[in-house]
Amino acid sequence: MATQHSKTAARLMISPAVILLLLWMIVPLSMTLYFSFLRYNLLMPGMESFTGWDNYYYFLTDPAFSAALTNTILLVGGVLLITVVGGTLLALLLDQPMWGQGIVRILVIAPFFIMPTVSALVWKNMFMNPVNGMFAHIARALGMQPFDFLAHAPLASIIGIVAWQWLPFATLILLTALQSLDREQMEAAEMDGAGPLDRFLYITLPHLTRAITVVVLIQTIFLLGVFAEILVTTNGGPGTASTNITYLVYAQSLLNYDVGGGSAGGIIAVILANIVAIFLMRMIGKNLDA
Amino acid sequence: MGKITLRNVQKRFGEAVVIPSLDLDIEDGEFVVFVGPSGCGKSTLLRLIAGLEDVSDGQILIDGRNATEMPPAKRGLAMVFQSYALYPHMTVRKNIAFPLKMAKMEQSEIDRRVENAARILNLTSYIDRRPGQLSGGQRQRVAIGRAIVREPAAFLFDEPLSNLDAALRVNMRLEITELHQSLQTTMIYVTHDQVEAMTMADKIVVLNAGRIEQVGSPLTLYRNPANLFVAGFIGSPKMNLIEGPEAAKFGATTMGVRPEHIDISRESGLWQGEVGVSEHLGSDTFLHVHVAGMPTLTVRAGGEYGVHHGDKVWLTPQADKIHRFGPDGRAL
Amino acid sequence: MSRRITARRTLIVTLAAWTVGLLIFFPILWTVLMSFKTEGDAIKAPFAMLFSDWTLISYEQVQTRSNYSRHFMNSVVISLGSTLLALAIAIPAAWAMAFVPGRRTKDVLMWMLSTKMMPAVGVLIPIYLIFRDTGLLDTRIGLVIVLTLINLPIVVWMLYTYFKEIPGEILEAARMDGATLGSEILYVLTPMAVPGIASTLLLNVILAWNEAFWTLQLTTSRAAPLTQFIASYSSPEGLFYAKLSAASTMAIAPILILGWFSQKQLVRGLTFGAVK
Repeated sequence: MATQHSKTAARLMISPAVILLLLWMIVPLSMTLYFSFLRYNLLMPGMESFTGWDNYYYFLTDPAFSAALTNTILLVGGVLLITVVGGTLLALLLDQPMWGQGIVRILVIAPFFIMPTVSALVWKNMFMNPVNGMFAHIARALGMQPFDFLAHAPLASIIGIVAWQWLPFATLILLTALQSLDREQMEAAEMDGAGPLDRFLYITLPHLTRAITVVVLIQTIFLLGVFAEILVTTNGGPGTASTNITYLVYAQSLLNYDVGGGSAGGIIAVILANIVAIFLMRMIGKNLDA
Repeated sequence: MGKITLRNVQKRFGEAVVIPSLDLDIEDGEFVVFVGPSGCGKSTLLRLIAGLEDVSDGQILIDGRNATEMPPAKRGLAMVFQSYALYPHMTVRKNIAFPLKMAKMEQSEIDRRVENAARILNLTSYIDRRPGQLSGGQRQRVAIGRAIVREPAAFLFDEPLSNLDAALRVNMRLEITELHQSLQTTMIYVTHDQVEAMTMADKIVVLNAGRIEQVGSPLTLYRNPANLFVAGFIGSPKMNLIEGPEAAKFGATTMGVRPEHIDISRESGLWQGEVGVSEHLGSDTFLHVHVAGMPTLTVRAGGEYGVHHGDKVWLTPQADKIHRFGPDGRAL
Repeated sequence: MSRRITARRTLIVTLAAWTVGLLIFFPILWTVLMSFKTEGDAIKAPFAMLFSDWTLISYEQVQTRSNYSRHFMNSVVISLGSTLLALAIAIPAAWAMAFVPGRRTKDVLMWMLSTKMMPAVGVLIPIYLIFRDTGLLDTRIGLVIVLTLINLPIVVWMLYTYFKEIPGEILEAARMDGATLGSEILYVLTPMAVPGIASTLLLNVILAWNEAFWTLQLTTSRAAPLTQFIASYSSPEGLFYAKLSAASTMAIAPILILGWFSQKQLVRGLTFGAVK
């Protein structure tokens, strides 16, 4: 619905963004793809040679990979479970009439704005440290042995930290969705004799389904890339106990200088992320028509 | 000057043909109304003239110059949009001044013209407010003011009254008509409301599915509708259209007679029927009468015509006011 | 129309909500409190810590020992620079997609989104090598480029959803009024979209400020923003609680304040308009 003139202008206006993103996408990704078929170590420059699928073979058969894959799934799944369930409950609570709602909202949303390195270090040192951390102090006050969270339950601890960061996101989105629920619909249901639980199950929850799906998909994209939290707390250890795919690729390429292996890992990470992305894009794409 | 000529104008959106091929002459100073049901292409036609859409084929001439390829700003036309399209972040003064500022006019001249337009449109006391603080009618006047100051070759109105309530609509209708009489500038006005078309136009263009059904003065269209579509569209309540043997008696495939052209009697007449719903408007009464072998007929009776549901009445169409249409729907 | 709600119910809800809210906020509160203690007091048991003397010594030490202000400036330059650059590229693009939609507009939007979903590790090595070979490693300009590109899709999307809400008729009116494309965007669209542009700016400054993959990979010292600066506390300086707290407080305070202002727009920005 426009003239040829404005269409030409539009094409001109959109091209810088498209060209830049195209370059950002294609150049490095094709380099990664190329490297993934090379024997290429930064410590041995000039020794690059073609190795076919070897890098993929080694990366996929490395026990570290299956550990990292499991950890990634546990990390993503665990955080999603905590944030979606917790976020729904919290959103329901915050949607009730109360005093100081604005302030509570601000308190709840705050962790989302904390940079990952800060939240990870604060939890690691001030709370989970087995000697001087808050939890250790509490345990001793109760006459129990302090627990070294990051040494004995590294993955669970990281899940806890990441969940704390993402709970506000889920809460905020679900709360926004709740507030768009038609009050008259609720009143109609009440007139029809539905109790509070019925109203939640048959009206609120279906209304939230879309928002929950969005939360799950978007968080998944970000959670697949969790990195800083692991880097500053456990360095992926002990052993590979808290290594996820992202961290494994980083370790392979920039700690072991194995560009070929790291690239193969990077391509695998891209494939995994794309599987999730396809679902997310369908969701958002559908919404675009509405 | 504001003579606008469309030559063989066509518009397609991809495969969909919105306007097949259309010729139209609009004389300088004329008030032309494009009227038709929604989706008939009347707004598209206006946007083609404005230059907001490209024509797929054909030519648009403004005062004899070929304007087909000109961008909207160069055509010297002003447009009043359905949503008024005021700039919400500018005051009334700045809204009205905007086209002059774009034309890089001198500030003193801008001020003079804006003051003048505000005075004509009774906007002086609101001139430093923003559109959000104005009522619908005031916004409408600002939109018109923004059009006036440019002293355009022609004004284009795209259903400008459809967002106003009924009482205000009647007022604005008068104001726009008066404006036309004092400015004597060409105006092209799009509406789906045939009452607006009848009351305002010098010339009505009835559009249907992108085609011109008929062009003419309001009374021409009322007296001599060229076809069934125009007959049914112009006039309120609608013309009664009767097919079948009864029409054949008058030598037509379809015969039409307006509610105000049927005489009603309790004793005798051509058709006998039974009164269904009767609508009392005060000044008139509209009876819906069921006659065997015909669709329900609408008949206008006097304002205080006493009649009840189920009463038997006789109807007679006035002989010189009967419209006859052939098998192709055209007037005979 | 509002329903009668008993004061008792409101009281219970209020208590529950405040308790949960304070619990969630507690780690931040605790960090801020600890930053005003000496190292000796900071590692004491919670109550002893809380009732010890207040001091600003940790803030002084953080600044003198590790040059906090340089990292702070790096963060400001990188996050603001990348956001402004992204806006300059995205405003025309979003204008085009919102007001002159074509058959492929939707595909372009979805494709832009898909670039955001590409995991960073997928391109880590090439970017690292390109940066190493072009001398962009550990430079502000290098990070500005990368953060502009990774946030560009979000910026385009947010602006697009805001622009979509501006009626096209107003821009057409400007065109009829003789505005060129430039004046249409400058005098009509941009002023009308100021709230949307401002919240896009805010959200992206926050995202860039907290970005902790590329900032950690591509900087070491000169251009290191606060994320990297804090990461340097992971060991063994992390055991200096008071200094870590002071550094953390300074790193999060500006963004926390910005964040509270932008929380309403946050939902829409982060869900690409899927939840409003």
